[in-house]
Amino acid sequence: MSNVPWWASEDFWRKTAIWVTAGMAVVLIVLTFDTVKVITAGHSRVPAYEVINKRIYYRMNTKRQFQEPVIGEDAPLFGKMLSPEEAQAMVSHGKMTLQARNCASCHTILGNGAYYAPDLTKAWLDPAWAGEGAREMLMVKFLMDPTTNARGYGGKRRMPNLHLTEEEAKAVVAFLKWTSAIDTSGFPRNFTPILQEGDL
Amino acid sequence: MSTAKLTGSAALGGGQRLAIKYFVVAIVLFGAQILFGLLAGFQYLQPDFLYGVVDFSVNRMVHINAMVVWMLFGFIGSIYWLIEEESGTEVVGLALGNLGFWLFTIAVAIVVVVYLVIQTGPGTIESIWFINEGREYIEAPRWADVGIVVCVLIFFYNVAATFMKGRWTGIGGVLVLDLVAVAGMYLAGMFYSPNLSMDQFWWWWVIHLWVEATWEVLVGCIMAWGLIKTLGARRQVVTTWLYIEVALMLGSGILGLGHHYFWIGTPEYWLTVGGFFSALEPVPLVAMVVHAVYDSGVHRFKSPNHPALAWLIAHAFGNFFGAGVWGFMHTLPQVNIYTHGTQWSASHGHFAFFGAYATMNIAVFYLAAQKWRGNVNFGGGLVDNGWKWKWSLGLLNGGVLGMVMALLVSGYDQVFIERALEGATWAGFFKAQYSVWYLQGMWWRQLFGYMTAAGFFLLVWDLMTIGVRETRPAAFHTEVAEHAA
Ligand code: HEM
Ligand code: HEM
Ligand SMILES: [Fe+2]
Repeated sequence: MSNVPWWASEDFWRKTAIWVTAGMAVVLIVLTFDTVKVITAGHSRVPAYEVINKRIYYRMNTKRQFQEPVIGEDAPLFGKMLSPEEAQAMVSHGKMTLQARNCASCHTILGNGAYYAPDLTKAWLDPAWAGEGAREMLMVKFLMDPTTNARGYGGKRRMPNLHLTEEEAKAVVAFLKWTSAIDTSGFPRNFTPILQEGDL
Repeated sequence: MSTAKLTGSAALGGGQRLAIKYFVVAIVLFGAQILFGLLAGFQYLQPDFLYGVVDFSVNRMVHINAMVVWMLFGFIGSIYWLIEEESGTEVVGLALGNLGFWLFTIAVAIVVVVYLVIQTGPGTIESIWFINEGREYIEAPRWADVGIVVCVLIFFYNVAATFMKGRWTGIGGVLVLDLVAVAGMYLAGMFYSPNLSMDQFWWWWVIHLWVEATWEVLVGCIMAWGLIKTLGARRQVVTTWLYIEVALMLGSGILGLGHHYFWIGTPEYWLTVGGFFSALEPVPLVAMVVHAVYDSGVHRFKSPNHPALAWLIAHAFGNFFGAGVWGFMHTLPQVNIYTHGTQWSASHGHFAFFGAYATMNIAVFYLAAQKWRGNVNFGGGLVDNGWKWKWSLGLLNGGVLGMVMALLVSGYDQVFIERALEGATWAGFFKAQYSVWYLQGMWWRQLFGYMTAAGFFLLVWDLMTIGVRETRPAAFHTEVAEHAA
């Protein structure tokens, strides 16, 4: 139609829609290449799987002004140093157990999931696990029978018994230990980690 | 006007008969969504209820999966509904389309039975293939993913080939390109990685790029067609608006993906990119409200289908408030670091999914019901004054809005106690969960949930009865009809 100015014409907006979409898609793809590289395990922000052989802290970085994971000295999980392959296999088994038992349909992890139960991102570092020494075994015991071992925190909400085998429970602990070493840009903020050897 | 009006499937083309099947399954699943939502909500109040039998995790999974699937069924049905009129020809592969429908429906039924009966599996890849994948919204096991992809391909073939055989319209062109993207995004969620950051990175491609990009465009197409149907709006104006909305929506929504990449291990430039572009996402949603309200005003709200028009307007506002306003409230990283993964997210999730997508589907159900009843008048002066559709509109919207507000109160309480004061430890989490204001919010959510359920029952009743005793044919107000021609 001739009386329609160019900026209101169908043709102009069709072209704009196509170019804008294409442009944004290109930017997203470029950023995706970079991000996928950076979040590959063992690159800068996501730890290699053998990090489960080390002590993990969550400490304030005064320059970034938030807490970040700090990798400490050797602290083998369940008293056993693992090779990179063994560590990956264990973490992966833990992750599959998390998926198959549908943990994220009650919990969040990295803040995503359900809101019925506490976030698992820093589960490994939570002060709930009494002390560093007892933590691993307490976690395994809890995971294998949460109904009996629930703390309650003054309410009735309890985790159901998902019948994890001991091997699965240990793998989940490995996975959670690894997860706690991901650099999450300060989430959760203002978190109070469990006291570990090497803390003042 | 002949006295023997055509009703039921005799009044419909092949594509529309297939659409009705999709709509019926969609409504059944909508009912399942509400039922399992109520069960999950009740467990917040009485944690021992069904504990160890049908746990919260199972109820929640069925709740949100039923939602995703009923909305997909509704969308597929909507497109089968409009495609023959829009393209001017019959659906090319109707038998294939029917096969796709049955495959999809049977797959969904099997998945739900497995969810409820088997529930969980050992930590192996087989569980992910056959029981559940354990990733929110796309929990469906891998075999079902493959089945869904096959069904979507059949659907895509039918849509593209039908437009190719008939005529292309602006709406048709946008629709076909968009369906490529809808299907493509789904593939991003179909692999396993031990790396949680990698997992969530691609998971958001499915979730975010569906609801904040491709689904928005899809409902934009249906809306464009719906405004032509309910108001007789001019095609050229509607199509131009559609292009504007696509430009704004994808211009902001694609990189808006970054608002999910603040805290999952992804690089820090996403704080800027995600914060900036997602903050722009409300802009197209405002444009959509303006468009719908303006068109309705121009046509003085004269429509042969009042319930459909009312739901289209509910869509425009629900989309704007639920997605736009409620999304904006927590989309800047400075806010999101506190609200991330709390009842705030649940408040927004309910408002946005209902406001944007449930509403649109219900609008199309009413358009379909009208034709099914022999294209009779659904406008003013319905036989029983249309009390059922009016009440169900009020109860459903009021119920969801009430839940949203209750969740927001709980969300505020949770954020301040758990996150700001307690530093997000487990003890802090439970301190918030058992605080009085939080629990009050949960009670109100449940009450408004019952209201929502009442609205749903009335909706079903209304869809089954509306216009049965009506004899006047549907007609645009004459002026409007001339305008539309
Ligand atoms: C009878 C009414 C309903 C009740 C009682 C209800 C209850 C619930 C509950 C308890 C959850 C789990 C939240 C959590 O993890 O803590 C949930 C999640 C969800 N529901 Fe509903 N719901 C209802 C209706 C709806 C409707 C109508 C929709 C949308 C059309 C909807 C969409 C969602 C979504 C998207 C989630 C996931 C939210 C998130 O992860 O942020 N629900 N609902
Ligand atoms: C119709 C469109 C939309 C729908 C259906 C929708 C739905 C949802 C749902 C269900 C979640 C929770 C995801 C989860 O379970 O973890 C979510 C999260 C989020 N949405 Fe939306 N949304 C929409 C549009 C928007 C818009 C336009 C914005 C911003 C302006 C936005 C901002 C956010 C943010 C920031 C989160 C993350 C919440 C968190 O950190 O926990 N959303 N959305
Ligand atoms: Fe998003």
